[in-house]
Amino acid sequence: MHIAEGYLPPLHAVAWTVVAAPFVVHGARAVVRQVRDEPETKLLLGAAGAFSFVLSALKIPSVTGSSSHPTGTGLGAVLFRPPVMALLGTIVLMFQALLLAHGGITTLGANAFSMAIVGPWMAYGVYRLVKRLGGGLTPAVFLAASLADLATYCMTSVQLALAYPDPASGVLGSVVKFGSIFAITQIPLAVSEGLLTVLIVRLLVKVSPAELIRLGVLRRPVEA
Amino acid sequence: MSRSTLINWLIVLAVVALAAVPLFLGSATGFGGADGIAAAQIEAANPGFEPWFTPFFEPSPETASGLFALQAAIGAGFLGYFFGVARTRRRLNRD
Repeated sequence: MHIAEGYLPPLHAVAWTVVAAPFVVHGARAVVRQVRDEPETKLLLGAAGAFSFVLSALKIPSVTGSSSHPTGTGLGAVLFRPPVMALLGTIVLMFQALLLAHGGITTLGANAFSMAIVGPWMAYGVYRLVKRLGGGLTPAVFLAASLADLATYCMTSVQLALAYPDPASGVLGSVVKFGSIFAITQIPLAVSEGLLTVLIVRLLVKVSPAELIRLGVLRRPVEA
Repeated sequence: MSRSTLINWLIVLAVVALAAVPLFLGSATGFGGADGIAAAQIEAANPGFEPWFTPFFEPSPETASGLFALQAAIGAGFLGYFFGVARTRRRLNRD
């Protein structure tokens, strides 16, 4: 989902930056508020950021014959609500843009929008929906994390299609073209991300149920 | 091994299998990154395309792989620290 440096036309680069910036600023304030109001969840917040750090560094082969990476943003979005991940995801992207020449500064806005904003909101929406429909924690977390992962890559496909519409079939044709590169490759990875997020949440339920109760993820104390 | 631990290991196994199966199936393109394929697609569809901005710093492939490992190590290191702290805290609280 990293659009490479200089690959979005200046107008698109500026537009996505303008769209993403308020979410990231709001996210920064959400992080500050979270740390101030519930300092006992600070370490868990760091762990959610670290999870995204690890997962977005892992390029995993997929059945399509190409490789891609998960995003790890679903966990933090479910635990701390999406705004927090807008900041944490953007920090991950900045690290990769500046040190790894992976993604870029001109495309940071677009990449942040797909990975740090669309993904986390998708995760949160799916999580709430599954819970409301009476689903348990495990299916809610699995679907949230894997659909967030997929949504991020679909968003990237749309962003590239808007910048490079197909001469014959237009933006829509181009969405299909880029989608076939990103979205299909991403399906098994999205499943992996869902599974890994479920694994982390299972471990969290065991070691820090108090924090999960405080964050509203768990209702009542569970017996270990 | 408790049932819960067994499930956790099965999840790990499933993730490893999801990554390993494609490797056995093989790839015509050598598992290139999807990001790079998308960039190549843009170049192919727009002859003469030049990115209008280039990174300030571009590590060699060797250095880049090290930095990717560093990124994963920082993340995994912190996760390990977190679970160590959380587990110990819970144990001490229980006693």
